[in-house]
Amino acid sequence: MAKLIELRPPLSDQKIRLLKAGDIVSLSGTIVTARDKAYARALELLRSGKKLPIDLRNGIVYHCGPLVRKTPRGPKIVSAGPTTSARLNDIQVEFVKRTGVKALVGKGGVSEDVARELAHLGCVYLTFTGGAGVLAAQAIEKVEKVFWQDLGATEALWVLKVKDFKPLVVAIDTFGDNLYLRKKI
Amino acid sequence: MLTKSEFQKTAVEMLSRAATTLPKDVVQALKLCKTKETNKIARLQLDTMLCNLGLAKKLRSSICQDTGIPIFFVKLGSELKLSLDINRTLADAVREATQKIPLRANIVDPLSRTNTGTNVGEGQPIVHFELVHGKGLQIDLLIKGAGAENWSRLFMLKPTAGEEAIKRAVLLTIEEAAGQPCPPTIVGVGIGGSGDIACLLSKKALLRPLGRKNPDKKLARIEFELKNAANELGIGPMGLGGRTTVLGIRIAKAACHTASLPLAINFQCWAARRASARLVGNKLKVEAP
Repeated sequence: MAKLIELRPPLSDQKIRLLKAGDIVSLSGTIVTARDKAYARALELLRSGKKLPIDLRNGIVYHCGPLVRKTPRGPKIVSAGPTTSARLNDIQVEFVKRTGVKALVGKGGVSEDVARELAHLGCVYLTFTGGAGVLAAQAIEKVEKVFWQDLGATEALWVLKVKDFKPLVVAIDTFGDNLYLRKKI
Repeated sequence: MLTKSEFQKTAVEMLSRAATTLPKDVVQALKLCKTKETNKIARLQLDTMLCNLGLAKKLRSSICQDTGIPIFFVKLGSELKLSLDINRTLADAVREATQKIPLRANIVDPLSRTNTGTNVGEGQPIVHFELVHGKGLQIDLLIKGAGAENWSRLFMLKPTAGEEAIKRAVLLTIEEAAGQPCPPTIVGVGIGGSGDIACLLSKKALLRPLGRKNPDKKLARIEFELKNAANELGIGPMGLGGRTTVLGIRIAKAACHTASLPLAINFQCWAARRASARLVGNKLKVEAP
């Protein structure tokens, strides 16, 4: 297996360019979940010149709608695998442009044109195994904050502190190399 | 006689088991696939899946955060006397399981997108009834995540297009879906009936365990050929390349109009969660699949 690359936000362009499709990554630090409804609201705010509740510049967005158990000590995430990134195809490029996100974590990849644009913008696409929700949740050290809970727990922005979130695969690198198009048997 | 509380308890147990553990045949199939993969990333995906299954079982947590929607298939003996409302009891079980396991609240109004918070809503949970002879009662449960369900397809093929057109449509759909339905998938195929029945058959076909061969020889052959062809596509686990794109193809058919050839496709993700329960004496018992 290829060497495990440690990644920690904030991400610099230089660091992102070192990542090549097929590399295996371990992520530590702060990541923010966002999916359909959060993307829509974020763009609505940014288009009208308003700010998001958290700065995503050089950050990492995780396409995930976590499964949350309520506990007396606050919400505990019990399962948190990735969701299908392609649902966001139509707004993905604008989202990355406006937020300055440097890495997306999801599953299933994005459309070919979105992949090209992401590469052009210097945003890497990482993937975690779909369905492996419990393993992903093990990497969550702490729920730092939750924004937009009115969208529901699944669609809210969860600010998560993760440690050794792995194995992530670099599926689309900033040179446009795309594992989803390679189809290697 | 079976009481509502016993019935509900069993249904909650079915939901709990299905959400946190996979049937033996699916686990075996995933392990077998791993031995055939030479692609390192494909092996890593399968390893991660198997590792996650171990953790989910140990921690009694839901395998996937998308705990899907439950779909119940009820076979009800026409001579069985029951003093409970099956639809209501299953809805109560889903509400209870959502709190207890917990399950993610996935059910929303299709237009307003307002979440009910309980996984119960208008027409949910989905319960398909089949009236059968005798005094038996069997409940089969499928848990369907949206990633796989969103690739459901219905084709109304030309009536004489035949086997080749059916195969082409199935393979094109698998190829188009690529990594999105969380491969290796199990692909349910419904042939014939009518538009609606083909869809139902394609979902119901997913109940047949992977080890169990289709009793219809012709369908068994088509399943085998489609499985091999799908695994030649190179989509692989999670679409990242590899030999394992499908764990199996499950076909069910029904007779249809001479001018129609309905074909429906329904994907189940690798986390192919299901459970069953059967009436034994006057107790409804969960059967470990």
